[in-house]
Amino acid sequence: MSEKTLFSIPVGAVGTVGDVRLSGAMRRRLLDLGLVPGAQVTCLYAAPSGNPRAYLIRGSVIALRNRDALNVALA
Amino acid sequence: MGLTASSTGTGAVARGLSVQKEQPGDLIVALAGNPNVGKSTVFNALTGMHQHTGNWTGKTVSCASGICRRAENSLIFIDIPGAYSLLAVSAEEEAARDCICFGGADAVVVVCDAGCLERNLNLVLQILEVTPHVAVCVNLLDEAAKRGIHPDLSILEKRLGIPVAGTSARSGKGLDVLVRRTAEAARETYLPCCVRYPQAVEDAVNILEMPLGNLLEGKLSERWAALRLLEGDPKCLDAIASFLGWRLEAQAAIQPPLQQARKCLEDAGYTGQSFRDTLVSSIYASAEDICREAAPAVSPPRRQVTLDRLLTQRATGLPVMLLLLALVFYITIQGANYISDFLYSVLFRFGGCLSGWLSGAPWWLRGALVDGAYRTVAWIVSVMLPPMAIFFPLFTLLEDLGYLPRVAFNLDNAFRKCGACGKQSLTMCMGFGCNAAGVTGCRIIDSRRERLIAVITNAFVPCNGRFPALIAIISMFFAGTAGNMAAAGILTLIIACGVGMTFLASGFLSATVLKGVSSAMALELPPFRVPQIGKVIIRSVFDRTLFVLGRALVVAAPTGLVIWTLANVSAGDMTLLAHLTGFLDPIAALFGLDGVLLAAFILALPANEIVLPAAVMAYTASGALTGYENLASLKTLLTANGWTWVTAVCTLIFFMFHWPCSTTLLTIRKETGSVKWTLISFLLPTICGLALCFLTAGVARLF
Repeated sequence: MSEKTLFSIPVGAVGTVGDVRLSGAMRRRLLDLGLVPGAQVTCLYAAPSGNPRAYLIRGSVIALRNRDALNVALA
Repeated sequence: MGLTASSTGTGAVARGLSVQKEQPGDLIVALAGNPNVGKSTVFNALTGMHQHTGNWTGKTVSCASGICRRAENSLIFIDIPGAYSLLAVSAEEEAARDCICFGGADAVVVVCDAGCLERNLNLVLQILEVTPHVAVCVNLLDEAAKRGIHPDLSILEKRLGIPVAGTSARSGKGLDVLVRRTAEAARETYLPCCVRYPQAVEDAVNILEMPLGNLLEGKLSERWAALRLLEGDPKCLDAIASFLGWRLEAQAAIQPPLQQARKCLEDAGYTGQSFRDTLVSSIYASAEDICREAAPAVSPPRRQVTLDRLLTQRATGLPVMLLLLALVFYITIQGANYISDFLYSVLFRFGGCLSGWLSGAPWWLRGALVDGAYRTVAWIVSVMLPPMAIFFPLFTLLEDLGYLPRVAFNLDNAFRKCGACGKQSLTMCMGFGCNAAGVTGCRIIDSRRERLIAVITNAFVPCNGRFPALIAIISMFFAGTAGNMAAAGILTLIIACGVGMTFLASGFLSATVLKGVSSAMALELPPFRVPQIGKVIIRSVFDRTLFVLGRALVVAAPTGLVIWTLANVSAGDMTLLAHLTGFLDPIAALFGLDGVLLAAFILALPANEIVLPAAVMAYTASGALTGYENLASLKTLLTANGWTWVTAVCTLIFFMFHWPCSTTLLTIRKETGSVKWTLISFLLPTICGLALCFLTAGVARLF
């Protein structure tokens, strides 16, 4: 897969959110946390197993599972 | 069946809404805000109450109210659960929405994290669409300043058009101003800033506002109601309907304009989802715009990220977690020894005096009161209470520091594989304190299926009432001469087994009665905060230790009385107790226990603390042995009554895995609203424990 998502941001790097492709409650939750198109996201660190990973979103640190991060495309 | 409105969010609000003004001039103020911004700390500081606080998202799961009288203002504050948004997702967010939108408060104070204003303003701007009577409390100013963030409150106030007060609630700074500005927000009418949506949305809202105004007669904001109608979220419309008593979207007068407004959106190319996205994006655009001037965002300090990496890395994350747990246990065991010895000598000397004073009374009265009731209570106080009194504040310190969400982060992968939610770790951590609290805490889990899994498996972690017994048995039979260090290590291992069983049980439930795969999860990892050690200790003593003491008196004294009576009243050639334990003995022997232990476990349904004291009561009441001075003499007593290492292992296993106490069962009944799930919560750990004991005893018999 060549398309870039939150999951393809390496630890320590920054990305810009493009499109959130989840639906329902999780889509709302992510939008409410500030993952709207254009938002800057930094990947800070990962759990011991590599899943989930912690992202810096608008000044707060949010852990997302990799499966969900794959559904947030970068701009 | 399942979670009902009355058992979760809305039920909690209904309690919050029953707040009554004490005097005509009183103002009712709802305390809203994102999770973990210190709402409960502000609430406690204002009202002098003691709502549970801690550094993680979702501690407050139901509403509480308290009164605050300062100067000429008397305000009744309602502490409501944290919410990221009014477009509710979870039960607690629904509770918060209902309280803010339909609670009829005179004002809403939105508590914001100064270090993360942009996201907090999302909620502020949404609430401003509901009511203009809003004050913003920018909290955690001290913490933000340490990170180099200095929000400009006057710009914020100017841009938002409502009163803004800055506070550092933990040290009590700025609360007077907050109270004054809140009273202003309640009494004055402001023209607050309003989010501008794209033209088509504004047009659609305009079409609806006038007819809605005629229908609503000021009960709800027309603009907010118009947006909700256009959005068409059935849950939100249900909530509006239950507030109004009639369905807004079903009114004949609203149909033509609603169709016209929908057409307007369709023409502009909006679908249901893109319409909702546009709302959130527009709100965030406004929030960004305000923050650009008032509080530019900065990244978290390097130290924090370094510490987090240490706590979560592959090589160090899990070892650090186990070490911390073992350290907490070690301090608990070591410290409890000293206090136990002291309390024991004091209480039993007093028991002697008591016996002396009652020397004139008949033997049965003296026996029942002193040997029965008093001794059981003294046992609880001297052996069970000290570990609880030490473990609880230590654990609270970790909670205040913000370590618990990191545990959830580290363990999430395993929970995902079991089809459960990583936040279950948080509810398990609460279970260490009290399983009933852990069960209530399960409200932080959004998915109903995952929430039920967390509720049912909560009793797999031992609560504070079971720890002291585990510690006593480990110290007597397994730690040997290696002492407390070894005991702490063994206890850590046992707890790890409990966590392992939680995974197995969760996986089992996911594969059978609660079939499904894990849903999505977003978990907030808050900044570390230096715990307030003094406050934690004082609160633990008053909230927990005295509570347990009270329960011990209420439950243990009658239990001791009953056991003593059973042991001293004879039917035929045996005492009643001997009849009972003789009846249970063959069953218990199958599981490596004895009749006395099984009877004690059954009698201890109201409180796990009394299992061991009740068993000791039963052993000593028969008169063979009358006293014990410390754990060594207790071991002598137990071995004299037929305990072997197999009995000890099986007792440990059964302590870890048996039915939850009656308080927990009632809480499960309340939270799930279902007898079926309560029954499953009773049976699952019991069957696990019995099966493991049966296997252990069976294998031991082979050798």
